[in-house]
Amino acid sequence: MTTAIETVGLVKTFGPTRALNGLSLTVRGGSVYGLLGPNGAGKTTAVRVLSTLLKPSAGSATVLGLDVARDAAAVRRKVSLTGQYASVDEDLTGHENLVLVSRLLGMSWVDARRRASELLAAFGLSEAASRQVRTFSGGMRRRIDIAASLVTRPDILFLDEPTTGLDPRSRNQVWDLVRQIADTGTTVLLTTQYLEEADRLAERMAVIDHGRVIAEGTSRELKASIGGNTLRLQLANDAQRAEARALVARLLGGDVLTDSDPDTIAVKVSDAAAAAHVLGTLWEAKVPLSNFSLGSPSLDDVFFALTGKPPEPDGVAGAEEAAS
Amino acid sequence: MSQDAFTPSTEALSLRDRPEPVSALSAVSTLAWRAMLKIKHVPFQLVDVTITPIMFTLLFTYMFGGALAGSPDAYIQFLLPGILVQTILFITVYTGVGINTDIQKGLFDRFRSLPMWQPAPVLGALAGDLFRYSVASLLIIVLGLILGFRPAAGLTGVALAFLLVLLFAFAISWFWIIFGMLVKTPESVMTASFVLLMPLTFASNIFVELGTMPAWLQAVVRHNPVTRLTNASRGLMHGTPVAADVLWVLVATAAIIGISAPVAMRMYHRER
Repeated sequence: MTTAIETVGLVKTFGPTRALNGLSLTVRGGSVYGLLGPNGAGKTTAVRVLSTLLKPSAGSATVLGLDVARDAAAVRRKVSLTGQYASVDEDLTGHENLVLVSRLLGMSWVDARRRASELLAAFGLSEAASRQVRTFSGGMRRRIDIAASLVTRPDILFLDEPTTGLDPRSRNQVWDLVRQIADTGTTVLLTTQYLEEADRLAERMAVIDHGRVIAEGTSRELKASIGGNTLRLQLANDAQRAEARALVARLLGGDVLTDSDPDTIAVKVSDAAAAAHVLGTLWEAKVPLSNFSLGSPSLDDVFFALTGKPPEPDGVAGAEEAAS
Repeated sequence: MSQDAFTPSTEALSLRDRPEPVSALSAVSTLAWRAMLKIKHVPFQLVDVTITPIMFTLLFTYMFGGALAGSPDAYIQFLLPGILVQTILFITVYTGVGINTDIQKGLFDRFRSLPMWQPAPVLGALAGDLFRYSVASLLIIVLGLILGFRPAAGLTGVALAFLLVLLFAFAISWFWIIFGMLVKTPESVMTASFVLLMPLTFASNIFVELGTMPAWLQAVVRHNPVTRLTNASRGLMHGTPVAADVLWVLVATAAIIGISAPVAMRMYHRER
């Protein structure tokens, strides 16, 4: 597979602030790649450099083999950006906004109008076609914004926090949409502070903090890097608790965890086979279970393990906002 | 509910035929079309800026006309070419407001990431502004004619004066573009306009003759660009052109554009 995006030691400074501090990324073509990090980590700055809105201070960034600083015009022909704030004209109607972008991409008036109607239909916005965007709900705005980025199929689509501020249903719609866009062969680079979002959408992801990558890999790899899965056992008969603990401890070498729920026994296992072994042993020893679950660590756990601090859900205004 | 249920077809998402990049002219005309649509959808801006001059025209003509020029009819001959100047200058601020709003809303980010001639969004907005100036001018002139304004130089004189005022307003618009890119909110642009334009238009000869003012004020008012423009507008409409004033306005226009247009474009390309 080809490389869609590559940055090497990318630095972007705003005065004394180093928003990007040696960011190195490689994104394979045709994939969904997640850029994960708290507010102020440098996600937006990275996307703005890659979409030619900002010039790198040092280091290099190439998009489809083109240098974002030297070949900015050529890069713009191949990428689309959907920024953090809906970048459509609120005074114009949904249809007019899409005609505007279609025209600016070089279509004739006739083609632009046809494409606008087609996209509105595709995004479930036909009924809102002649309404001003200022009357749209948050989810509808997000969709028209993404639609505007897909007037012609870009080779790379940058989505900067596509679901921030959306209700769960709209978020799910955007997620479905991102998957469909990826199915058409467009490489999607999305930034998010929602760990669940990166987990669901991105094949690979980079966790960034203070303008540099602190971990990279698939969701599975990142989780594996901080240890295995957690098996939680709920006993049918609480009187057998001590017996069960002893059995599990002997089996796995004493790694019984304390859990927030006193009725369960939680234990770290390396994989599903080890979990099955524990379950089988308990069954044979006539220690019936009322319930069990095998869970992988969440990306919250990953972030905590990597940075020593939990991700900030509604973050403090970071250097990123202050500087840009 | 039905509105939210959607499954975009893969075909809709994957238009592969990428058209040739838009020409500079098409980009500008498309963005001018956008500016027109904004006027259509938000006519309030136009109403807002024309109500005040209409009120001023009526108020000054009928309340002060008798005192200032002997009769309302005599006064409107004097006032109208000046009110035209004031009206258009007040509207120029919307250029700055528009640019500022586009930047804050992230719209310029989209424009800047599109493969088109980059000055197009600014020029498109200016084209829309020129249309706005024209509509407002027409309103004021028609109102004047209804109230008894009879320009000695006829339609030609009025048209020439209108073009001169339009040209000067175009130059001032560039100043507002710079200002719109400098400040944080559209409200700041409005505030600044009030602080700048009120003294400029009132410390001029729009409402009263220069000769009626105390000597020290005359010295100030005489060098106010608005006075020069008003003189030129009056001269052209009444067939007593003052070549020096017209020339002065043309030179000032060229100078303002020559300086502020490159600065504005440089700032537009600057990173935000």
